[in-house]
Amino acid sequence: MRVPLSWLREYVDLPATTTGRDVQEKLIAVGLEVETVEQLGADLTGPLVVGQVLTIEELEGFKKPIRFCTVDVGAANGTGAPQEIVCGARNFAVGDKVVVVLPGAELPGGFKIAARKTYGKKSHGMICSGDELGMGDDGSGGIIVLPPETEVGTDAIELLELRDEVLDIAVTPDRGYCLSMRGVAREAATAFGLPLRDPALLDVPPPNAGGYPVQVADPIGCDRFTARTVSGLAPEARTPIWMQRRLQKAGMRPVSLAVDVTNYVMLELGQPLHAYDRATVEGPIGVRRAAPGEELVTLDGTKRVLDGEDLVITDNRGPIGLAGVMGGANTEIAAPVADPETGALRGTTDVVIEAAHFDAIAIARTARRHRLSSEAAKRFERGVDPEAASAAAQRTVDLLVLLAGGTAEDGVTEVVSPRGPRTLTIPADHPDKVAGVTYGRETVVRRLQQVGCDVYGQDELVVTVPSWRPDLADPNDLAEEVIRLEGYENLPSTLPLPPAGRGLTERQRLHRRVGRVLAGAGYVETLNYPFTGAAVLDQLGIEPDDPRRDAVTLVNPLSDEEPDLRTTLLPGLLAALRRNYGRGSHDLALFETGPVFRATGQEQPARRLVVDRRPTDDEIASLDASLPQQPRRAAVVLAGAREQAGWWGPGYPAGWADAIEAGRTVAREAGVELIVRQDQHAPWHPGRCAALLAVADGEEILVGNAGELHPRVVKALGLPERTSAMEIDLDRLERAGAGALKAPRISTFPVATQDVALIVDASVAAADVEAALREGAGALLESLRLFDVFTGEQVGEGKKSLAYALRFRADDRTLTADEASAARDAAVAVAVERMGAVLRG
Amino acid sequence: MSAPNKSYDPVEVEALKPEEIARRVDEALAAIAAAGDLDALAQAKVAHTGGTSPLALANREIGALPPHAKADAGKRVGQARGRVSQALKARQEELEAERDARVLVEEAVDVTLPYDRVPAGARHPLTTFMERVADVFVAMGYEVAEGPEVEAEWFNFDALNFVPDHPARQMQDTFFVKANGAGAAAEGESGVVLRTHTSPVQARTLVDREPPVYVVCPGRVYRTDELDATHSPVFHQIELLAVDEGLTMADLKGTLDHMVQALFGPDMKTRLRPNYFPFTEPSAEMDMVCYVCRGASVGNPDRPCRTCSSEGWIELGGCGMVNPKVLIACGVDPEKYSGFAFGFGIDRMLMFRHNVEDMRDMFEGDVRFTRPFGMEI
Repeated sequence: MRVPLSWLREYVDLPATTTGRDVQEKLIAVGLEVETVEQLGADLTGPLVVGQVLTIEELEGFKKPIRFCTVDVGAANGTGAPQEIVCGARNFAVGDKVVVVLPGAELPGGFKIAARKTYGKKSHGMICSGDELGMGDDGSGGIIVLPPETEVGTDAIELLELRDEVLDIAVTPDRGYCLSMRGVAREAATAFGLPLRDPALLDVPPPNAGGYPVQVADPIGCDRFTARTVSGLAPEARTPIWMQRRLQKAGMRPVSLAVDVTNYVMLELGQPLHAYDRATVEGPIGVRRAAPGEELVTLDGTKRVLDGEDLVITDNRGPIGLAGVMGGANTEIAAPVADPETGALRGTTDVVIEAAHFDAIAIARTARRHRLSSEAAKRFERGVDPEAASAAAQRTVDLLVLLAGGTAEDGVTEVVSPRGPRTLTIPADHPDKVAGVTYGRETVVRRLQQVGCDVYGQDELVVTVPSWRPDLADPNDLAEEVIRLEGYENLPSTLPLPPAGRGLTERQRLHRRVGRVLAGAGYVETLNYPFTGAAVLDQLGIEPDDPRRDAVTLVNPLSDEEPDLRTTLLPGLLAALRRNYGRGSHDLALFETGPVFRATGQEQPARRLVVDRRPTDDEIASLDASLPQQPRRAAVVLAGAREQAGWWGPGYPAGWADAIEAGRTVAREAGVELIVRQDQHAPWHPGRCAALLAVADGEEILVGNAGELHPRVVKALGLPERTSAMEIDLDRLERAGAGALKAPRISTFPVATQDVALIVDASVAAADVEAALREGAGALLESLRLFDVFTGEQVGEGKKSLAYALRFRADDRTLTADEASAARDAAVAVAVERMGAVLRG
Repeated sequence: MSAPNKSYDPVEVEALKPEEIARRVDEALAAIAAAGDLDALAQAKVAHTGGTSPLALANREIGALPPHAKADAGKRVGQARGRVSQALKARQEELEAERDARVLVEEAVDVTLPYDRVPAGARHPLTTFMERVADVFVAMGYEVAEGPEVEAEWFNFDALNFVPDHPARQMQDTFFVKANGAGAAAEGESGVVLRTHTSPVQARTLVDREPPVYVVCPGRVYRTDELDATHSPVFHQIELLAVDEGLTMADLKGTLDHMVQALFGPDMKTRLRPNYFPFTEPSAEMDMVCYVCRGASVGNPDRPCRTCSSEGWIELGGCGMVNPKVLIACGVDPEKYSGFAFGFGIDRMLMFRHNVEDMRDMFEGDVRFTRPFGMEI
């Protein structure tokens, strides 16, 4: 809502020194979001006067038609002599009253006016268009032609009200009444402690049977319909400058007098109105729901197929308007047209004025269904004062009579479904309890009255809320009115004392730890968008029946290529890797933690549960069952050097082993020692892919995969060679977590170290050899470490040698050399037996 | 070597003569002084204090002396040996010090050499900032609550008093999820959305727990905005919910004050402005004094502030007293309990706290942006 300060002053006697910024501050404090205060004409200086065109000489020989004019500007130029002005516009004639800017003036945008030579003539000023004066483009592109009665020499800055301040207010959905001057004025009056001149307080004749016939078939969709008729409008009547200017400042374009008047009254009172050309309405006006498939061409020229829920205004032919949203083209007020023979203006002379009240939800749905957000719909959606309809109709009639020479017909139609005033009962100290401030009954009553409520009672207040405040429905709504008018800025600051908390949950701690440990290992966290599409899964080589294809799909994605939510963290991470690489960072280690989304295929549509009680546990369970699985994952990707070469020696490239180790690193934070197995799984290299497993509830479960990416994937995604990746499910890890660690017992007896080298088939997994050694070594084994892997002639074709350092120690004694050797031999024996290992001599 | 002096005659033993001993001592001292390094000193030590050294041999002769001569000779030899070993010790220390000094000089390195062997990793500042904000409240006794990002509309809207067709439901640009699975055949709506705010966690918490409830919920939320310098379709919020007996707006104000002071410094102030949100009543927009200009840019065209557009205040987010309708929908008795809630955009807070100029920097994953933030902020 754009509110010109000059217009606001009509209803509230603000002190003359009060600026737009002052009003802004006060209105913000009472809860109106005044986003800007526009300073109109602040950079405009005169002389700017009304002139009358005396002569026009058409200048020939230029690329465009140019006129050399003399204009009478009265005494404004100091001499009284005609002002000579060159002008390129053509929409004026000798005798027209125009706006003239004289040398020495400055127009908006720092445009200084001086006498200058142009088109072979000297031009002493300019004849102005609305655009040049900062009035907003009226669409004509021409200069302003003023009404003939305007006096020559009049200061045009004042005449056109060019200097003003306009408050731009973003009205929240609960404050529909502030989509009107009346509503904003009420708030301003309260904020400044001044009386309000309510423009809706008008004498309105009682309804009678002589008005235009109206039949409301849907009293729920339309609980009030006022129709008035004005006849004998002069087609040549034009909208006065003051009204045009107010409309322009409020952000509306002047159209024609009848339309401008209805718009003006809507801005003033908040009641949307519609004027029908009576000559084009056939029979009684009706209000009903549309028949599905019915059609209507609205004023914007669009043909609309109607829905059975749309409220329509009808005449004998069918729909003539989309109720509360937009009128129909078939009953549009006709613009005055000159009769080609007589020259007389012809246009709409008789109008039927509609001031109705429609159901907010019906209007909201229709506006959304037809993607048609009109000024009227915007107001009805937020709630229009139903009691303002007859006053608004009266105001429209008055203005048409005054400005268009029309005659108000006696007939007054009012179809009303009576509804009683809305009353709430609240304890007088309810606002105090909500605010934590003792306002006292007197203040509470006074503030509620300022809002427009009737208030009775002592400890219990019986509050009748005003018709323009449909949002005041609950005790807290009334509390807010009191508190905001008393000032949010005056609320004290106190701290509640919550019960002692338990800190973060184990799961939350785990998630933080995983981030820290990966960052500590050199990985940089990225937060990638979860939007993805089938194309990247294809590039990753993921099969059509892979569960990672079971994506959650959006109805309205930002990009049609990425309509799905991620089922794996890898696409986002790999895109970030590629982006970094492209920007010149080549040694990269990235990680992300976050949910992935897996459609189960079992989701039922989520029900719209009631809100007047807590849903049952079953109902809540049904909502949860409508959701996809959203497990939390961690993933890393790496490329380039894991360790850089430098003065200390060579570096080494990031690879599959780093990726797997990242998995172990994460798992350890969950108290899980991963089981690593050879695997083949897209998008990994079939020979360099590990399955990461953990034991939960006595069973091995797959928790993730790691390794080097498949060369085809690397190529398809444009990634650096040997890019490696790991992805692991944190929820599953958490399940496999060991819980509180038992502290190890530390023996202080000396360690006995034994090295063994075992030759096994190249296909034997080191993890299996290690498991065999551990099993065989028994309780004396303190630790075991693989320190070398060797292949070559000495060990034979298809074989490898694994060298282990075994450390033995007892809790209660120093081990003898024999004991240590026996333990080693036992370890080797199991490896020999199980893996066919040969002890290397 | 002399034979034991069994006759007890005073025997003149050459080696024990004072002059002879003095000569040996001089020889020893000279050799010790001449030893140029620890090896030479070791040789001198063997030569002059070893078992076959002249002084050691002289010492053995003492046993052959008659008792009355023993003491005298013993004293003489003992003193001589003492002088030698003292000189040895002194020279040893001297030479060791020389060696140490030399070796340490040889071992000196250029400690200014860079060591970027394994480049540092870092956590994302949005993650660590969310944790930091949450920790402010955890320290006050709040707990951290979580909820799903793909959420039922009932939790995201209905339970929060966004009734169907309420204009407020249109204020937020929602990503809707396609009906899937068993319901897909009906071509109907799924009733599931990407949560547009962290507020559904409020409803989930109230449905799950008995008051008193004091929770914060940091998390990722979604709206259909294209990514640009100031918008992102994916962003982060932190939600707070307190439901207890007798909570007031003053408590809300105090909690907000505490938060901004904990995060931005003890001199930070907040301001509440009336506003409208379906799930709170009364509702307020909360501002804090501009972190960058501290209000100095207001009415001062010479010092414009881009962070607050020279308004002096920065909008942090919405807050208010939990609408009793929300309490009812979640099974909490509004006659007995009241509550307050707020929700703030983490991304914007991070932007002005750390002077981030472009929202895109936070979502493109460029390591040059994230690395400097390290482990915590």
